[in-house]
Amino acid sequence: MTKQMTGAKMVVQALKDQGVEVVFGYPGGAVLPIYDEIFQQNGIRHILVRHEQGAVHMAEGYARSTGKPGVVIVTSGPGATNAVTGLTDALMDSIPLVVLSGQVPTFLIGTDAFQEADTVGITRACTKHNWLVKETDRLADTIHQGFHVATHGRPGPVLIDIPKDVQFATGTYVPPAKAKISHYQPRVAGDRAAIEKLAELMETAERPIFYTGGGVINSGPEASRLLRELVEATDFPITSTLMGLGAYPGSGKNWLGMLGMHGLYEANLAMHGCDLMIAVGARFDDRITGRIPDFSPHSKKAHIDIDPSSIGKVIHADIPIVGDVGNVLRELLEIWKARGARTNKAQVERWWGKIDAWKKVDCLAYRGSESTIKPQYALERLEALTKGRDRYVTTEVGQHQMWAAQFLHFDEPNRWMTSGGLGTMGYGLPASVGVQIAHPDSLVINVAGEASWLMNMQEMGTAVQFRAPVKQFILNNERLGMVRQWQQLLHGERYSHSWSESLPDFVKLAEAFGAKGIKVDRPGDLDEAIRAMLEYDGPVILDVLVEKHENCFPMIPSGKPHNEMLLGSAATEGAITGAGGALV
Amino acid sequence: MSALNIKKGATSHSAYELRDPHAVVIETHTLAVLVDNESGVLARVIGLFAGRGYNIESLTVAEVDHEGHRSRITVVTSGTPQVIVQIKAQLERLVPVHEVHDLTVEGRAVQRELALFKVTGTGEHRVEALRLADIFRASVVDSTLESFVFEITGTAEKIDAFADLMRPLGLAEMARTGVAALSRGA
Repeated sequence: MTKQMTGAKMVVQALKDQGVEVVFGYPGGAVLPIYDEIFQQNGIRHILVRHEQGAVHMAEGYARSTGKPGVVIVTSGPGATNAVTGLTDALMDSIPLVVLSGQVPTFLIGTDAFQEADTVGITRACTKHNWLVKETDRLADTIHQGFHVATHGRPGPVLIDIPKDVQFATGTYVPPAKAKISHYQPRVAGDRAAIEKLAELMETAERPIFYTGGGVINSGPEASRLLRELVEATDFPITSTLMGLGAYPGSGKNWLGMLGMHGLYEANLAMHGCDLMIAVGARFDDRITGRIPDFSPHSKKAHIDIDPSSIGKVIHADIPIVGDVGNVLRELLEIWKARGARTNKAQVERWWGKIDAWKKVDCLAYRGSESTIKPQYALERLEALTKGRDRYVTTEVGQHQMWAAQFLHFDEPNRWMTSGGLGTMGYGLPASVGVQIAHPDSLVINVAGEASWLMNMQEMGTAVQFRAPVKQFILNNERLGMVRQWQQLLHGERYSHSWSESLPDFVKLAEAFGAKGIKVDRPGDLDEAIRAMLEYDGPVILDVLVEKHENCFPMIPSGKPHNEMLLGSAATEGAITGAGGALV
Repeated sequence: MSALNIKKGATSHSAYELRDPHAVVIETHTLAVLVDNESGVLARVIGLFAGRGYNIESLTVAEVDHEGHRSRITVVTSGTPQVIVQIKAQLERLVPVHEVHDLTVEGRAVQRELALFKVTGTGEHRVEALRLADIFRASVVDSTLESFVFEITGTAEKIDAFADLMRPLGLAEMARTGVAALSRGA
């Protein structure tokens, strides 16, 4: 029944019993006993990273593309502190992770021992929960609890800190079925009365809109299916946050594109002018709302979210519904159908008329060039040449990320991995490796800027070692593009430290890692370069030299409402300080 | 049945804010938080307040169920109604938190604080201090020829009032426990 074993063996046994197939990690003094056990088994594959931050982002990419929790092992002290950025990223974007960190032996805790850090103290604010395990008998139980907490309710990262003497000592292993049942049981069923009220409002709404977010994707594929059914049945328009792309297909007929600071004109104006907003698994982030008092001023707002603290945090919800998105959407569909599946067809059609007029503005239009590769053009060609393929896309953070969200289209959930909440430069390369490990036969592309990419470029070594044929699509403008754009628009064109000198030769860099490098700088050569990247059987860096001073539009300047967007054709200089003519 | 017909203030198990979000009214609420008495739990609660910029006016904590290892944290906090609702929702989200009760909206709670006052002096001031202590039902728990230590129990306001009176009479030191509170009735 119950078995005696060492703490280190328990770690491996518990991971196996939790169905873990892959862990991302880096060994060190305080986790040597665990690594010794990893060496002596074949059930779990270990991916050796080059830096612990890379391990956490890989686990995030793995988790987001599979729906399963990502698992990381790091050593004490610097191993754990290097994981902090990744943990914070996962907390902000609700990604389920279980991070196991080594700790100095219990009798040395508090003595400033070699590679000691107060890991649970440091990570308390950037994990959903964390534990320091002081007895081997409690280790297995705590790991099972960790998986439970990471994956139930609003998902998030947990950390379990395991002192080295606890790994060496022998204790009783508890299998998952016998683990102490956690009192942590978040509510997943929505309040029926509130759902009925929403169904009632859907029947009469004249200018409805679905505003969806990452919660739909976290809820699982069934939630996306139900969302599609609901959108099709009601014919309401739908927009999504950065994190929610793919829940509703980018090719779907009711799709308005992404909303927010760099969202589409039609999506933002529809949010501003709607009379019924149905927020599904989205959290009214400040990149979404713009100026709060002017946010969608004439709408009733229904808010479906599994996390009660998300509801009413920023925007007052007229109809708050706490529950798992999938459950609530299923019940909403049932109730709405049972009531006759009615909508205010005539008015909704008029609403579509307005939206179609906004679409005609063609807000993503940009000036093409014969001589320089425009970043938007590069993404359009990437989209055209990879469409219909079994494709996953990760990104770094900045202009390229926003352009990728605007110009690439996702027809399925879990295909788009990006750092939304924390905006972590250096996320994309390791995340792409994590995705590729989970989906070895799929096409995995990291759309990157050269500055972000350099932040975790050491993970190219991991990609090569583990034969992860990730495609690094670098839009290289030799600038910190988004910083440069803000400096141009908001800081009098004083480009303080937003450009890079002595960038590496990315082709040689790729070759130095044992990967393939390709460089392209003429629009006419771009397709061929992209094809060469796609055809190569192994990791590739494609260095796309793009226009250096392109700005990302549309843009809602900070502190402005949704109906005051800057468009690309507008003269942008001075627009933010109030030249009204430039504001749309 | 509308979802909006929720008893006003019935917020300890929901995230529902039904009052005007634009009203800038600062309210003081007393919250009772029942938690697992595990390592770091107080840091978790305090860290939540510090990290999100919420106020702590008073905080008391002690284990109240030794077998179940449960502690009761009584925290007096202030903020706009929206912030108070957010504080409760954020507390309820913490894994070791079992229950959050807003004693301010659940009915007038019994609130008590214990304080110790050291008052030094001789002559008329000493006599006056003793007389006032009697009026406030404070008891003398230590005395020398030049000092008293008074123990007083009551609401925070009563203790404030006592402190104001003792100050001119030679108040040397004061220790307060912070508020402990229980709801009235069964």
